Amino acid sequence: MDILLVEDNPGDARLAQEAFSHSSAPVTLHIVSDGEDAMSFLRRKGVHVHAPRPHLILLDLNLPKLSGRETLAQIKGDNRFKSIPTVILTTSDAEEDISYCYENYANCYVRKPTQWDAFGDVVKHVNSVWLGLALLPPVRG
Amino acid sequence: MDILLVEDSPGDIRLTVEAFRDANPAVHIIVVRDGTEAMAYLRQLGIYVLAPRPDLILLDLNMPKMDGREVLALIKADESLKLIPTVILTTSAEEADIVHSYKHHANCYLQKPVELQSFEDLVKSVNNFWLNQVRLPQQASV
Repeated sequence: MDILLVEDNPGDARLAQEAFSHSSAPVTLHIVSDGEDAMSFLRRKGVHVHAPRPHLILLDLNLPKLSGRETLAQIKGDNRFKSIPTVILTTSDAEEDISYCYENYANCYVRKPTQWDAFGDVVKHVNSVWLGLALLPPVRG
Repeated sequence: MDILLVEDSPGDIRLTVEAFRDANPAVHIIVVRDGTEAMAYLRQLGIYVLAPRPDLILLDLNMPKMDGREVLALIKADESLKLIPTVILTTSAEEADIVHSYKHHANCYLQKPVELQSFEDLVKSVNNFWLNQVRLPQQASV
């Protein structure tokens, strides 16, 4: 399974990488560090010309260039990508961020913990629900 | 916490309500049996005028009167309802149903298991993830 992680903090990206490496299912984590690159990945532009269509997108909100909110709006506003489950994974606990994301069709909103083992737990839960339990739309085509 | 269960099968209603009672006694489940009732509830019409806005909606697809597909479309097109996480819970594993649901902004799509234990496990997972891990939007007070 292919997951697109949109995360600008290298430490958090490493944490996620580490946590997903413990998945029972084979997961390939594709990491981009800003919203513009995320959109290029989805559109298979430039260096991403051979990018796979992800089964799941994990999206931070605090991103340079194109913000997480803007990126979410672009993903969910595009008929080609809107059906890709998009999980907001962010440090923000602001009510306005939570509301904004659900109003703009984020599939769910998960708060990023700061400690490693808590992060690992969150990833395990995201994994078990989104890559285990939930039925996902096909990625071919 | 309030969950709106939109489900026409009495057996599945009972299974879901009991499984949630075991998984999380603090959850209050409101049951409506078809899409028309679901929309009346969500729009706080008639007997539902004081109904609390649910924190989560579990939505079956195949129902009489108005089916889940229509309900989903109505919820996600409504400015005040669209933010409510809406999880499809259905017997169907048809690709067309899965794609249709996500395209219409279902938050998640789960297939109802046939075995009792699996059904209880599924409800436990829904409770753990959607009511404990996930941040849900605050409901605007009436």
